[in-house]
Amino acid sequence: MTPATALSVPSLSEISAITLFCLTLILLVPLANVGLALVNTGLGRARSAAHAMLAALSVTAVAALVYAIVGFASQGTAGHPDHALILAGKSWGWIAAQPFFLRGVRLDLSPDALVILLQMFSVGLAGLIPLSSGADRWRLGAVCASTALLAGFTYPLFAHWVWGGGWLAQLGINRDLGRGFIDGGGSSTIQVVGGLTALSITWVLGPRRGKFSAEGIPAALPGHNAVLALLGCLLAWIGWIGLNSASAMVFLGAETGRAALIAINTTLCAAASALSGAIVTRVRFGRPDASLIANGWIAGLVASSASAAFLKPAAAIIVGGVAGILVVSAADFLEFQLAIDDPGGAVSVHAVSGLWGVLAVALLSDAGPSGQWLAQLVGIATLLGVVLPLTYALNWLLDRIYHQRVDREGELQGMDLFELGAGAYPEFDIHGDEFLQR
Amino acid sequence: MKMAGFILLTSGWAIVAAAVALLPSPGARDAFVLAGVAVELFGLALAIRAHLVLPAEGE
Repeated sequence: MTPATALSVPSLSEISAITLFCLTLILLVPLANVGLALVNTGLGRARSAAHAMLAALSVTAVAALVYAIVGFASQGTAGHPDHALILAGKSWGWIAAQPFFLRGVRLDLSPDALVILLQMFSVGLAGLIPLSSGADRWRLGAVCASTALLAGFTYPLFAHWVWGGGWLAQLGINRDLGRGFIDGGGSSTIQVVGGLTALSITWVLGPRRGKFSAEGIPAALPGHNAVLALLGCLLAWIGWIGLNSASAMVFLGAETGRAALIAINTTLCAAASALSGAIVTRVRFGRPDASLIANGWIAGLVASSASAAFLKPAAAIIVGGVAGILVVSAADFLEFQLAIDDPGGAVSVHAVSGLWGVLAVALLSDAGPSGQWLAQLVGIATLLGVVLPLTYALNWLLDRIYHQRVDREGELQGMDLFELGAGAYPEFDIHGDEFLQR
Repeated sequence: MKMAGFILLTSGWAIVAAAVALLPSPGARDAFVLAGVAVELFGLALAIRAHLVLPAEGE
């Protein structure tokens, strides 16, 4: 593109109302990132609160830069050149072949420009998810390096397969499996990819000091600010409505009028999930648990993403209700049975609920003809069989080169003082580990 | 055990991908996809179990 063509931006009258509507929805998406950052910070400890928010800002910055430089070149958009394998006479796209640095893309509200903008926000959202699982022990430099791997390689690769006209999207055309793998708003591409990265991070880092006794009994390390976490849920809700609507329009070609249905289903899903989470915690613990209900709300949003464009409202309530039960059960199972220390519940909220959302497309939506369930199952198998080993291997290798976990002293002192030199709440006493249940 | 788990995860996916790409008959294809997913679940269980070892002193 020459400088002259780059500057030939159309006037407002030449831009269609649909494009402006889509742009407006995309510009709501950063609220999902803000919401998730607040949830992560609120569910973490006070002595690492400033570190958590700075890490969120760093992730957003690194993700946007790396995605613009190399990520989009691997993801691409449907209809553009990609590298393909020919198997049994069919062409299967596996990685895009677009130039680095967004070269050759019309950045004047063309469909490709909208995809890039949406994806720069989305990849940041995916990058925020592992922050929750690595809270209180993940070094800032390692956070940035791990995010660069996610935004530059893992995320664009899987997103190409689903949204860029890659082999999962081609399952419908090539093998008559429904409409191919469907994910309208990113339950898989954003949430499960982020959630599986979070699982890899918990494995690479190990549990927080003092989390598990020598007998393997987990100690309660409650989040420091439920208000932040719950405010984050409300902000994330607005962002998710933009994310689900804009993604369905941009990637699936959903008509503008469907945005209302998507917003309704997104809301119903989150509401049902939060309430079912509240009921489960009320029954199990005798009172509703604020942090688990916050997780339930986000889990409902996560599960809604894949299918919000195709569900009837009653089905959206079922998807949300199941997500709320799943997230509470999974959080318990991961901590008590599998000894996974995931402070903000990223694995249960994003990976487990995201997988459920992907499956719900086949089970409960009117997305397409028969064979859709197999396409969704192949997508889930790809997440578990490619994305999880890949993200674990990348983070394990990174850990060999640049140790990701903070020193013992840093954990005892808190990430704020150790890495930033100042705490988030300098006028308050910050407690050490003396209150831990033993 | 950790390595075995991840190898099984990847192998299960390879079975799924090969079945989808190469088998024209829906019955055989569906069966192989389900078998591949089962192999993946076994691999996931192994990978999880490999990470179950708790550090001494609850670190």
